[in-house]
Amino acid sequence: MTAVLPDQLGHFGRFGGRFMPEALIAPLDELTAAWQEAMADKSFTDEFERMLREYAGTPSLLYDATRLSDVAGARILLKREDLNHTGAHKIRNVLGQALLTKRMGKTRVIAETGAGQHGVATATACAYLDLECVVYMGEVDTERQALNVARMKLLGAEVIPVKTGSRTLKDAINEALRDWVSSVDNTHYLLGTAAGGHPFPAMVRDFVRGIGDEARAQSLELLGRLPDAAVACVGGGSNAIGLFAAFVPDTEVKLFGIEAGGDGYETGRHAATITAGQIGVLHGARSYLLQDEDGQTIESHSISAGLDYPGVGPEHSWLAETGRASYRPVADAEAMESFRLLARTEGIIPAIESAHAIAGTLQIARELGPDATILVCLSGRGDKDMDTAGEWFGLIDGNGKA
Amino acid sequence: MSDVVALGNAGTAIRKANDEGRAALVGYLPAGYPTIDGGIDAIKAMVDGGADVLEIGLPYSDPVMDGVTIQRAAEIALAGGLRTRDVLATVEKIAAYSDVPVLVMTYWNPIERYGVDRFAADFAAAGGAGLITPDLIPDEGAEWIAAADKYELDKVFLVSPSSTDARIALTTANCRGFVYATAVMGVTGARDQISDLAAPLVSRTKAATGLPVGVGLGVSNADQAAGVAAYADAVIVGSAFVKALDAGGAAGVRELTESLAEGVRREPRKPVDR
Ligand SMILES: Cc1ncc(COP(=O)(O)O)c(C=O)c1O
Repeated sequence: MTAVLPDQLGHFGRFGGRFMPEALIAPLDELTAAWQEAMADKSFTDEFERMLREYAGTPSLLYDATRLSDVAGARILLKREDLNHTGAHKIRNVLGQALLTKRMGKTRVIAETGAGQHGVATATACAYLDLECVVYMGEVDTERQALNVARMKLLGAEVIPVKTGSRTLKDAINEALRDWVSSVDNTHYLLGTAAGGHPFPAMVRDFVRGIGDEARAQSLELLGRLPDAAVACVGGGSNAIGLFAAFVPDTEVKLFGIEAGGDGYETGRHAATITAGQIGVLHGARSYLLQDEDGQTIESHSISAGLDYPGVGPEHSWLAETGRASYRPVADAEAMESFRLLARTEGIIPAIESAHAIAGTLQIARELGPDATILVCLSGRGDKDMDTAGEWFGLIDGNGKA
Repeated sequence: MSDVVALGNAGTAIRKANDEGRAALVGYLPAGYPTIDGGIDAIKAMVDGGADVLEIGLPYSDPVMDGVTIQRAAEIALAGGLRTRDVLATVEKIAAYSDVPVLVMTYWNPIERYGVDRFAADFAAAGGAGLITPDLIPDEGAEWIAAADKYELDKVFLVSPSSTDARIALTTANCRGFVYATAVMGVTGARDQISDLAAPLVSRTKAATGLPVGVGLGVSNADQAAGVAAYADAVIVGSAFVKALDAGGAAGVRELTESLAEGVRREPRKPVDR
């Protein structure tokens, strides 16, 4: 497992690469060179680390969740990314890419967002670093997530509702790519997950890999050894690859990615891309993909907006194919049970995305037994999900009153 | 440049036009729009109006290189139940109707899903001339290049104003038929003015290859076509045909084709140096 991946053209085995318009190839080459030079420049990495520490609040805590452990029947350690500024792991990626944008001399940032989490994080980084910010968001999502639209606007971003296709996240990515083709001279596309054409999957991984680097050191300090397993939810795959990267060479640590099972994997209404197991090309890379017989993208389904994406980052496809990591679906209902369980046992309201990781962890704990120690990425906090939770558990009546 | 040039099917048709002292007209319409049969009639109207090469779009759910006009047409075609096999059937009907070379413009995933070799075989059997692949660069195209060579199909890759000379050399070396030069940094769609990036791109491309160079993205009327025809071997028109179809049906498509065909004949051209 020591081969340096991806290769020069961004391939993880047969996955990844660049399935992009020629117009973007030279800009992607420039971005790759700028990123690699920046990562080799101590003044850049020092400044990135300073921002993470002084602004984002990392390293995030590693928390020994004893009451949850009692219920789970194994020892559970939570990597508290929910405590970061803006409430999720995503701040790491946006600060890294925004700092790189500055270094490249670009003045404008565009981003896609589903529920608005990545949009809010990007708008935050752009306010902090004085960059112009435009966020593409599916029209359906702007209606579902009005509060996050308001947050982005307050932070100074322009939010553009996308009215084409399914009017959700994948169409927001399409529209951001269309903008980028015509604006790439002064604009960076700040992609929100470890997917897309090279160098995005590797670059995003390197900006978020602090999750696993910190957790590995914290585990050694707390346990005197590594955990038996590391678990994370997988949308596009950034928090999971950020956790896994440090552990990939430690073959004694099992890696588990939890995908969104939606209404239940067997219903076909889900976002469990790797579990479904079909390979194709979407948004610039070869990876697993939800598609029909003709290769048209199928819409995904999940109660969790952050996991509701029909693609997945190529490095996860490679980890799955090589067997280094395994992936399984968790349905909406099971995730919501874990959402409540974590609130009641630990006083932590997780993001619904992260609740999928908790639910998967309960299954894995049963499989590994009581002696196991399981590290889980608690990728975000659940404030943004209280409308959904209120409705799911019947805590809010039809008039929006508790 | 005058080494052996892979003119293929479309390139031969373009050079025939060039030999008449004019640029060729390449007309695009998506298959299945507004219906499968309606699409076939509209494409036949491009033939009747005088198009030299045809480009049939394979509608795709995530067309990142297309502006709203072609996106909308693709959505309607797919919502109408269009399948990849219907695109092949459209190609077959058009190829039977005339000798004008029929290319398919397609995003990569539908071809990969169909099976690259299998698609190339079925497409060649239907009478198709080659593929234009807007999100496949030769660097990732080994499987397609092998299949195209096996079935003697044209491989039209794109060059862009942002392409370095090294990339233009790599891309043109892998083309057969012609080279598609995107006139703007942007997506498909009619524009008021033809970008001033197009002419320098064409000359950089011609410095690298003896293949014909076609210019597309943004051309919508005869005056623009005449302007582009002054320096390009072929003028490619897409969104304007979709709009003509919306406004005037197959008759509208034919009328626009005739007008563009006059445009590409307006400026007397020097014979192509090969
Ligand atoms: C809290 C949280 N966790 C996880 C995700 C999923 O993204 P990824 O798979 O890139 O980590 C999101 C995306 O919005 C999120 O907000």
